[in-house]
Amino acid sequence: MGQTIELEINGKRYPVHYSPDTPLLYVLRDELGLTGTKYGCGEGMCGACTVLIGGTARRSCQIPVSAATGKPITTIEGLEKNGALHPVQQAFVDEGAFQCAYCTSGMIMSSVSLLQANHNPTQEQIVQSLQGNLCRCGTHPRILAAVRKAASKMQERG
Amino acid sequence: MRKQAEAETFIVEPERYEFRALPMHHFELARRDFFKILGAGIAVFAVAKDALAQETAPATKGFHSEELPNEIGAWLHIGEDGTVTGFTGKAEIGQNIRTELSQTIADELGVPFENVRMVTADTMLCPFDAGTFGSRTTPTMTPQFRRVSAAARGMLLDMAAKQWNLSADTLVAANGKITDSGSKRSVAYGELAKGNALAQTIPTQIKAKPATAWSVAGKPIPKVDAREFVAGKHHYTTDMRPAGMLYGKVLRPPSFGATLTSYDDSAAKGMKDVVIVHDGDFVAAAAPTTEAAQAGLNAIKVQWKEVPQISNAEIFSYLKEKALPSGEERYQQRKGSVADGLAGAAKRSEGTYHVEYIAHAPLEPRAAVAQWTDGKLNVWMGTQRPFAVRDELANIFHVTEKDVRVIVPDTGSAYGGKHTSDAGLEAARLARATSGKPVKIIWTREEEFTWAYFRPAGVIEVKSGMTADGKVTAWEFHNYHSGMSAIETPYDVPNQYTQYHQVPLVLRSGSYRGLAATANHFARETHMDILAHEAQMDPLEFRLKNLAEPRMKAVLEAAAKAFGWPCKKTAEGQGFGLACGYEKGSYVATFAELAVDRKAGTVRVVKLVEAFECGAIVNPDGLRNQVVGAMIQGLGGALFEIIEFENGKIKNPHFASYRLPRFKDVPEIEAVLIDRKDIPSAGAGETPIMAIAPSLGNAFFDATKVRLTKLPLQPERSLNS
Repeated sequence: MGQTIELEINGKRYPVHYSPDTPLLYVLRDELGLTGTKYGCGEGMCGACTVLIGGTARRSCQIPVSAATGKPITTIEGLEKNGALHPVQQAFVDEGAFQCAYCTSGMIMSSVSLLQANHNPTQEQIVQSLQGNLCRCGTHPRILAAVRKAASKMQERG
Repeated sequence: MRKQAEAETFIVEPERYEFRALPMHHFELARRDFFKILGAGIAVFAVAKDALAQETAPATKGFHSEELPNEIGAWLHIGEDGTVTGFTGKAEIGQNIRTELSQTIADELGVPFENVRMVTADTMLCPFDAGTFGSRTTPTMTPQFRRVSAAARGMLLDMAAKQWNLSADTLVAANGKITDSGSKRSVAYGELAKGNALAQTIPTQIKAKPATAWSVAGKPIPKVDAREFVAGKHHYTTDMRPAGMLYGKVLRPPSFGATLTSYDDSAAKGMKDVVIVHDGDFVAAAAPTTEAAQAGLNAIKVQWKEVPQISNAEIFSYLKEKALPSGEERYQQRKGSVADGLAGAAKRSEGTYHVEYIAHAPLEPRAAVAQWTDGKLNVWMGTQRPFAVRDELANIFHVTEKDVRVIVPDTGSAYGGKHTSDAGLEAARLARATSGKPVKIIWTREEEFTWAYFRPAGVIEVKSGMTADGKVTAWEFHNYHSGMSAIETPYDVPNQYTQYHQVPLVLRSGSYRGLAATANHFARETHMDILAHEAQMDPLEFRLKNLAEPRMKAVLEAAAKAFGWPCKKTAEGQGFGLACGYEKGSYVATFAELAVDRKAGTVRVVKLVEAFECGAIVNPDGLRNQVVGAMIQGLGGALFEIIEFENGKIKNPHFASYRLPRFKDVPEIEAVLIDRKDIPSAGAGETPIMAIAPSLGNAFFDATKVRLTKLPLQPERSLNS
């Protein structure tokens, strides 16, 4: 089991008891029950496990839990504020940008990361930042539309 | 256990849905339990067979006919609070049936959409269902829910009429209540249901609303539980964590067909909290964490005996050599005389086409949670065939079907890939050794790519003859191994012979979105394109000339208009192609534009336009998602997806080595949906994928004059060679 490590996730502190090289993904899902972050490949190739670490999109299956300490971690469960969806989440709902929705958490986290760094991305920039996220249902055009919609909503709000 | 499962699928089933699953007669039991579980109210049951006889879609072309069990197909419950619950054995795997079926019930029963919920794919609560495949949910379930809803509406009208001592004809059922138009008084459905435990099987003659009168159905209503999904709150099977749950891992053989020759678990047996199961060739561990289970497996010493097996390199010649002699009529179809047709033809041509194995690669891998309690087994898993899995588990564990309950949480997609018991069987076997603790197994991506099953490879041979002015007069078509979906030509050809040739399995194979319809359309539509060029005709004109079916012509013409066919080339390396097809009650036409850069050695799909018609559209928003989704998924199998295998091993069992469509692969896309309110709704999960590959191959020929006859097309390779 290894030593106790403290993680800051969605504004809360959690002591966890995993060996330091365990990928963050398994700690989130299996120990903390934050199952909105998905396992898709365990190889950093599908993006289903994307979370924000220090505000940047990272594949949690590739991050040893020891490397995730000391920085705020945001998972899909942490985006909702006071019962209101994050503009990116809302845009995915508005555009119907999912089918089985298994990739959706990762798509949303990658998009949030992009829009935090770039308030008005071009289509190419959106495509580039989502290139590592797989959607097997083929909902890509609507996902792109949702990110564009979220970008303009977030700009309106300033 | 694995061997038993393999033995059952030794011959590729030409159509998995030809399985005649035995009907389970559990109606009486269910009715008794029904009100216990749901509380008082009104329940209405539809008999599947009657519903089908009344409202089935036009007979599908082809060799197969589908029969559902002569049993209850769907049921409906109206609770005391006015909540309406529909029950179906179909599974939600991303195709959005939860929304579509809720719409259907709301529409026919006259209740707000929000008041309807669906219980799906739970073998204890839902009526028997053969499985979620063959694009059958829309054509079989929407008519059944229409019928139960119409019957329930009639019952409610009668109840209110009796209460008010009026004729039911003067009353209106809408918005969740019965209103007397004269006095304006009204009573809610829930009020009428209060204190009742009224169950009724509907009579055979129930008239449901025609599509022209739909008000809730036919509208683009968003996915019902969208908010749960975007918030990460929906629990897929992989997300379940029941109290005391252990994580399971299975020791996989080094290659297909390997057998265990020595086994020593003395080191693993002493490990704290690790449960080891060794049963035949099945070796697995369960522990409080995946790491501990894996450590347990790592401590076991095993040796395997491997057997030599064939590889990609020789697969196509193998399929031809090993084809079984088959006189079975259901694999053959004749019309006129091909010999006469060929003899009288002005032009004759032959072609051979090849299709490689591909994988479904659902993003949620196969997974299951299993728990034994007092000799009864509960299994949660992502499967398209919960009742078949239940029966399989009951059989394997020597318990009755009543002792097994399979529940399918809304699943992270399947595409025909989740028909078998796999992870459920493994989790259930492990859980027999854990003193009642539930066990979860999630297949790794590598396991998913290796131990699931594939869309089978195939060889297709075509012989054809036509008149000098481009009328096809002879058509002979042989499919080796890949399957017989859409094997018949939709073209109006007087002399035809079609045959499907079975071949024993090489790799474990089964259903895939559209089954062999993609392979058969690829061969047929590529060959038709060759004939069009030989006849020096425009490929669209050539097809229209050889078609009689107006629905097929209509999709071709709609797609051609949206695409702007015929197209003028404005740049070097530009290519335009098209293909069309029919399957499972729906019609599709796909037009593609490619940009070929010979210098750079690249091929880019610029644009895809597809017209699709499946009768009356139940939910245009969900339908558009399914059609566009199939188009994008189809790009993978058309252009680059291929399972590489050698001597019993998969060589590319990772997303890094098995290429799938990503954002950069997605072209400009347009889907033209044709709503035929005069035609019963057909399914849409599969047909929209079929014509992608041939349209791309034909566009590549238009750009390069090079004909690609194998899937995946891998067009860059032909540029570089």
